[in-house]
Amino acid sequence: METEFTPWLSLGGGMLIGGAAVLLMATNGRIAGISGLTSRLFSRSTEGEARGVSALFVLGLLLAAPLWMLVSGGWPQQWVPSSPVLMAVAGLLVGFGATYGNGCTSGHGVCGISRGSARSIVATVTFMAAAFVTVFIMRHLIGA
Amino acid sequence: MKQIFALLSGLIFGLGLIISGMADPAKVLNFLDVFGTWDPSLAFVMGGAIAVTAPGFALLFRTRQRPYFDHSFRVPTRNDLDPKLLTGAAIFGIGWGLGGFCPGPALTALPMAATGTLIFVPFMLTGMWVARHTPDLTPTPKKGAA
Repeated sequence: METEFTPWLSLGGGMLIGGAAVLLMATNGRIAGISGLTSRLFSRSTEGEARGVSALFVLGLLLAAPLWMLVSGGWPQQWVPSSPVLMAVAGLLVGFGATYGNGCTSGHGVCGISRGSARSIVATVTFMAAAFVTVFIMRHLIGA
Repeated sequence: MKQIFALLSGLIFGLGLIISGMADPAKVLNFLDVFGTWDPSLAFVMGGAIAVTAPGFALLFRTRQRPYFDHSFRVPTRNDLDPKLLTGAAIFGIGWGLGGFCPGPALTALPMAATGTLIFVPFMLTGMWVARHTPDLTPTPKKGAA
C-alpha cells in the first residue's frame, strides 16, 4: 500500500518531538525515551516520584490523539496490520527488545544520537538494519 | 510544576508523532521498504527531531547545572558496547519491521483502538515486563536504563 511522501509535515512533526524531548530534559532532567519511561511504570525499584513523572508523560501521549480528534473533528489517518498473531509477536519483540537494549527509537534514536552517545548510535544502526531486513523478508521474500 | 511539564511533554511528543506520520504503521513500513513502496518521510522525522534536540540538549547542559524543577540531569553515562545492547536493539528492530509500531507511536495510536493496536500494546507491555525481570547475563555491571 502506497503512502504519500510528506517531507514538510514529517519535518515539522519531528521538530515537535525534539521540542518535547528538550522540554522534558529542561524541566525534569529526564531522557524522553518511551520504552524507558513506560517500563519504569511496572518496576518495583522505581522511586515514587520517577514513576509519577513517567505516568504523566505516558498519559500525555495517550491524550494526543483524542485532542487531535477534538480540534480537527476526525482521527489521524492510519492503517494498522490486523493479523493478531503478527501483532502479538511484533509487540512482544518490540517491548522485550527495547527494554533489554535500554532504549527504542526515541531514547536511542533521538535523545541518544543528539547527545552523541556511541551506545545509542550503534543501537540505532542495529535496530534500523534489523527492521529494513525484516520488511524486505516479509514483503519481498515471503510476500506477506 | 514538574508534573505539569511531564504531561505537556508527553502531549507535544504525541502530537509530533501524529503530525509527522510516525503514528501510522503504513508510513513506517513503507519507510522500511526501500525496494517496494518506499516513502522516505520518516527520515525527515528523525532529522527534524535531532535538529532540535541536539542543540537544545547542548545549550541546556552548557548553561544550567540542573533542570528547572528537579535537582539533577539524569543522563546515561555508559559508553561500552555490550551484547545486551546489540541483542536488544536487533530484537526490537525485527518487531518494529513486523508491526510498524515502536513504543511511542503504539501508545499514541492506542485510543484510536484499531484491532492491531489493541493486540500489540498489551504484548509490548508484557515484553517490557519480561525484559525488566530478565537477568543480565553479560559480565558488564548494570546501570540505569536510557
